[in-house]
Amino acid sequence: MATVAEHDAPLVSLRDVRFAYGERPVLRGIDLSVHRGQVVAIMGGSGCGKTTLLRLIGGQLKATAGVVEVDGRDVGTLRGVDLYAMRRRMGMLFQFGALFTDMSVFDNVAFPLREHTDLPSSMIRDLVLMKLQAVGLRGAAALRPGELSGGMARRVALARAVALDPMLILYDEPFAGLDPISLGIIGKLIRRLNDALGASSVMVTHDVHESLEIVDYIYFVSEGRIVAQGTPDEIRASTDPFVHQFVHAEADGPVPFHYPAPPIDSLLGGGAL
Amino acid sequence: MNGLFCGVLAGLRHIGKLTIDGIWRLGFITRFMVAVLLASGQSLTRLHLTIRELYFSGVLSLLIITVSGLFVGLVLGLQGYDILQRYGSADAVGVMVALSLLRELGPVIAALLFASRAGSAITAEIGLMKATEQLKAMDMMAVNPIARVVAPRFWGGVLSMPLLAALFSAMGIFGGWLITVVVIGVDDGAFWSQMQAAVEFDYDVLNGVIKSFVFGTVVSLIAVFEGYDCDPTAEGVSRAITRTVVTSALAILALDFVLTSFMFRG
Repeated sequence: MATVAEHDAPLVSLRDVRFAYGERPVLRGIDLSVHRGQVVAIMGGSGCGKTTLLRLIGGQLKATAGVVEVDGRDVGTLRGVDLYAMRRRMGMLFQFGALFTDMSVFDNVAFPLREHTDLPSSMIRDLVLMKLQAVGLRGAAALRPGELSGGMARRVALARAVALDPMLILYDEPFAGLDPISLGIIGKLIRRLNDALGASSVMVTHDVHESLEIVDYIYFVSEGRIVAQGTPDEIRASTDPFVHQFVHAEADGPVPFHYPAPPIDSLLGGGAL
Repeated sequence: MNGLFCGVLAGLRHIGKLTIDGIWRLGFITRFMVAVLLASGQSLTRLHLTIRELYFSGVLSLLIITVSGLFVGLVLGLQGYDILQRYGSADAVGVMVALSLLRELGPVIAALLFASRAGSAITAEIGLMKATEQLKAMDMMAVNPIARVVAPRFWGGVLSMPLLAALFSAMGIFGGWLITVVVIGVDDGAFWSQMQAAVEFDYDVLNGVIKSFVFGTVVSLIAVFEGYDCDPTAEGVSRAITRTVVTSALAILALDFVLTSFMFRG
């Protein structure tokens, strides 16, 4: 696990970040930081705003208030060329990989290299093969994305996300819809690539057990706020009712089982809905 | 009475909303076109991207364009001969076929076919790329999807449309010749020489080319815009494809009237 020097300025820091889709507030004041070398997980139920957080860090959305800083620069104020310069140093793994379906696996991984570098094709070939080797799919270089399983597609997307050796890798639900073996492989790859590249990673997920194995720090988000945070050991030992409900997958607790509604007694027997 | 008044008011409000929405959309599509034009540098410097799209929207439309052109020419020849021979001027059938194809039918029908063959395919492709987050992924890789995906498809359409329309007209004239000269027996020399004398390059041919260029621009713009703007769902993509075909058809026919009234006032 990476060591965290306390005096190091964090690579990513969010200060009192708020965001709303129109009138509907999604984030209501988020403070979090990601130090260099760390793998950080942001967890929470579906629709709690964690993917929005990732989009704010990647500059796809602008916060309505607060500051989102990556490597000392306020992402919210970056435009055009500056934003693209920042994104060249970020890699992002989308939920279902988002591979380009009109290109082979090889061309998908080569895409960022061909777009952003003037390297000769022989060198691009070597780099792509090395990235594919790192995710164990060198043999699949000639396949089309349609011929891959969900887990393999995710691994190819991971190879593509790290093609330019980014300083920050963002993962949107990297474990969603994977079988246990693929899930374990992706988890190990996230950790291994992060450490090998000396990068930092932010992972949005609701898979508690896999995350506790590989991350350095965890933030729990609920209703647009950070409700709990800590290292995996602290989270396991936590007595916080939200963390307890989440880690032990209990149906009812601080996150209620029922969508808000009037008491059922008042509706039965013909009461208005 | 009050109910009737409310009904009329609601109807007016609905019409007003549709009008305002339409104008907003026109504004969006105009801004989108400016964005595409500004990001077009790459489609010229990396020509293979545009050539690939020329192949997909141009070369792959060749079959439908040539076959349709041939049949339209055959029908024009039959109808033209039938009418002209009543006035004893069956020799002028070549002129009629050529002028109607070069001025109107070539650009218009080729554009309608192009919208349904290539326009719908462009919308579907871009829409599906959006639905599967490929456009977002590209944007996150610091590659502008408008420059990389949209602009080459736009230019591929703009460039292939006049060529396809010209081919359509040529096939139509060949079809007209086939039915009137070879089958019916109109004089071969009269067919071609009257056409040669009556068709002016600067007037008939050039205006037809301008028309097909305008139609190509409009259809390509609608196709890429609808794909880029669609709801990223299966239903959203299918609705966008429908809108591409319907809007393109209406735009082609309306613009054809406007262009004709400026070009061919006699």
